Amino acid sequence: MNRRILAILLAMALVFCAFSFTACNQNNDGENEGEDKIKIGVISVGDENEGYTYAHMDGIRKAAEKLGIDEATQIIWKNNIPESELCKDAALDLADADCDLVISNSYGHQDFMQEAATECPDVQFVSMTGDKAANSGLDNLANAFTSVYQSRYVSGVVAGMKLAELVKDGKLTDANYDADGNILLGYVGAYPYAEVVSGYTAYYLGVKSVVENVSMLVQYTQSWFDIAAEGEAANALLAKGCVIICQHADSTGAPAAVEASLKAGNVCYSVGYNVDMLSVAPNAALTSATNNWAVYYEYLFNAVMKGEEVKTNWSEGYATDAVAITALGASCAEGTQEKVESVVKALKDGTLNVFDTDSFTVNGEHLESYKVDLTGDFDTDDEGDKEAIWDGYFHESEHRSAPSFDIRIDGITELSDEQ
Amino acid sequence: MANKVKHHREPLVRIVKRDSMPVAKAILIRAIAIALSLVVCAVVIYAITKMNPLKVYATMFEGAFGSKRRIWMLVRDTMMMLCIGVALAPAFKMRFWNIGAEGQVLMGGIATAACMIYLGDVLPTPVLFAVMVITSCVCGAVWGMIPAIFKSRFNTNETLFTLMMNYVAIQITAYCVSIWENPYGSNTVGIINPQTKAGWFPALFGEQYMINVFIVAALTIAMFFYLRSSKHGYEISVVGESENTARYAGINVSKVFVRTMIISGAVAGLAGFIAVSGVSHTISTDTAGGRGFTAIIVAWLAKFNTFTMVLISVLIIFLEKGAIEIASKFQLSEYASKIITGIILFFILGSEFFINYKLIIGKKGAK
Repeated sequence: MNRRILAILLAMALVFCAFSFTACNQNNDGENEGEDKIKIGVISVGDENEGYTYAHMDGIRKAAEKLGIDEATQIIWKNNIPESELCKDAALDLADADCDLVISNSYGHQDFMQEAATECPDVQFVSMTGDKAANSGLDNLANAFTSVYQSRYVSGVVAGMKLAELVKDGKLTDANYDADGNILLGYVGAYPYAEVVSGYTAYYLGVKSVVENVSMLVQYTQSWFDIAAEGEAANALLAKGCVIICQHADSTGAPAAVEASLKAGNVCYSVGYNVDMLSVAPNAALTSATNNWAVYYEYLFNAVMKGEEVKTNWSEGYATDAVAITALGASCAEGTQEKVESVVKALKDGTLNVFDTDSFTVNGEHLESYKVDLTGDFDTDDEGDKEAIWDGYFHESEHRSAPSFDIRIDGITELSDEQ
Repeated sequence: MANKVKHHREPLVRIVKRDSMPVAKAILIRAIAIALSLVVCAVVIYAITKMNPLKVYATMFEGAFGSKRRIWMLVRDTMMMLCIGVALAPAFKMRFWNIGAEGQVLMGGIATAACMIYLGDVLPTPVLFAVMVITSCVCGAVWGMIPAIFKSRFNTNETLFTLMMNYVAIQITAYCVSIWENPYGSNTVGIINPQTKAGWFPALFGEQYMINVFIVAALTIAMFFYLRSSKHGYEISVVGESENTARYAGINVSKVFVRTMIISGAVAGLAGFIAVSGVSHTISTDTAGGRGFTAIIVAWLAKFNTFTMVLISVLIIFLEKGAIEIASKFQLSEYASKIITGIILFFILGSEFFINYKLIIGKKGAK
C-alpha cells in the first residue's frame, strides 16, 4: 500500500520537474496603454519553436521596433491556434480587446478570418499567405505573400553551382543520372498545389540556369511539418540517386537525413526553406530560401497607423528585400557568392524573370498563354480569371499575392501522392 | 513448548475502502483538494515567474468569463464536451470501455459535412436538418455498434477495438478532406456553404450557439432518466456490476451490449453533428480535437451522473480557456499554463481517492 503513496508522490515530483524545465518570459500587463496607439493582435499556427511561425514573429518584432510600437502593451500574441473555429474565436477576441489590426499566419486560418472580418468591419484583418481576400468583397480583409519564388530561384542557382562543381570533379556516378542523361534532383514538398508547385518550379529553373541537363523528382509528405515523413521522403529520393534535396516543408527532417547520408559517404547536399539549416546539416546544407517578413509588416503597420488603405494583395520580392537566401554553407562551390549577387541584381532590375517562357516547356512546347483561376472555383473560364503570361514570362503573384503558378513543366516528375 | 507468537508487522499506513460518505463531507474533501491545488499552483507560479499568483488566477477567470463572447465560447465548448460525456455515460456505466468516442464523433461529423456539401442547395432547411441528424446518428451508432457486436460474439477486447476504430475514422476523415478540399491541394475543406449558410445552426434569441445548448441540455436530461429510471438503464447497471448476475437474472447481455453501444455511438455522432453544423462549419481530422478522450475524464469524475458532468465539463473548459489566456497575456508557453491545469486536475482526481478510501495510520485500525 505504501507503494501507491510512493507512486503518487513520484507523480507529483514529475509534475514539478516538468514545470521547472519550462522557460518563461515575464511581461508587465498593459493596463495603461494610450488611447490612440495602434494595437495589434497576432494569431499564429505554432509558436517560436517552429520555424515558420518564428519567422513571422521575428518580422513583426523587427517592424514594431522600427516603428516604435511597444511589444508589451501594443501587441497581443495568440499562439498555437489551430485552423478551426478557434481561429475565429481568437480573432473576435482580439477585436474585443480593441485591436486595430488582426493578423493570422497560416493559410487554413483564412476562412475563419473572413468570418471575423465580416462581423467586425472596423478592424483590419490580414490573412497571411491566403488567397481569398480579393473575392470576399470585404475591404477590411487582406492577403499578403512574399515573392518567395525569387529566392527559391536563387537557392536553385546555388544548388546548380554545386552540381557543376561535382560534375567537374567527377564526383557523380551513373546512379545519379536518369535514362536520358539528366542529373537527378530531389524535392520534398508538402502538398500538391500552387504554392508548392510554384516553389519547386522556380528552384528547378534556378538549377537549370547553371546546369542544363537536370531532372527533378518531387515527393509529397501531405504535411507542413513532419520531421519523420520529411526524413523518409529525403531518404527515398536519395535512394533513387538524387544528388541535391530541396524542400518545401517546415521541419529539419530532410536536411538531417541528407547530412546523415553525406556522412555515410554518399555525395548529396541539401537546400532548405525558411531557416538556416546549417545547425542540423553543417556539411550538407548549402543555403535556404527565406522570407524577410519585416518588410511587409513595416508597410502594414505604417498603413494602419496612418489610416491608409491596406493593399488587398501584397507581394514583393528582391526589389524591396522581402525575400533572401540564408548564409551560404561551407560546402558551396567556389564563385557561388559572386554568381548569387549577379542573379539577385538581375532580378532586382527586372532583366531576369524567373518564369521566363523560353526557359521551360510543357509537353515539349513553350507556353504562350495561361489563365489562372482567381475566382476559387477550380476552372479558369470565369470573367474574373486572368491571363498570366505576357511580355514573355509568367507573372507570378501579380494578380494576387498567393502563388498561382500550378503548371507542371517538363523535367519534373511528381511521385505518387501516397506517403 | 514455547508459545511462538507469529510476529506480524503492521504497515505504517493502511488503505481501507470506505463504505460510504455523507455528501457534505465528500463535497468538503473536494473543496479542500481544489484549495490545495491552487496553493500548490501558486507556489509553482511564484517560484518560476515571480508573478503574483492571484493575478494569474484573475487572468484565468478573465479568459473564461471576461466578455460576453468569452462566456459564449465557454458555453459552446462546455456543451461539446458535455455532449460527448453524455454519450459515454451508458457505455461506461455498463463497464464497456468505449475509448472510441473520438471516432464516433468524427463519423457523425463526416455525415453532417457530406449532407451540407451535397444536399445543402438541394433540400429545404427542415428536411436538410432531419437528414443531417439521422445520418450523423446512424454513422456514430454504426461505429459504436461494430465493437459491441464483436465483443458479444467473440468476446474481443472492446478497449483496443474502440481505440483502433478511432484511427480508421481519422483516416476516413482525411480521405474525405482530400475529396472536399477547397481550394484543390490545400488539404483544408474550408468553411462549407459560406454564402448560403445551408446546414448551419441558425441563431436563436439572437445567440449563435443557443441551439447547441438546447440540444445538449435535452440529451443530458434524457440520458439521466434513461439510466436512472428506465428498464434499459437498470439492465445496464446490472450488466456493469456483474455480467454473470445479469445472465442469471435472465438479461440478454449481448443484446444489452449492442443496444447500449448503438445509443452511445448515436449520441457521439450527434456531437459530431453539433461540432460541424453548429460550431465549425467545416470538417478536418481535428474536428473531434481529442475531446473524445477528455470526455472519458468527464464521465468518470461524474460517476456517469450526467448532471454532475455539467460541472466537470465547465471546470475542464474553464481551465482550458484560462490556460490559453495566461499563455497569451503573460507570454508563457502554452505548455507551461497547461501544467497548471494538470496540477488542478491531479488534485481533483486525487481527492476521489480519499473519498473512496481512508488511510489508517499505525495499529489503530487493526481488527
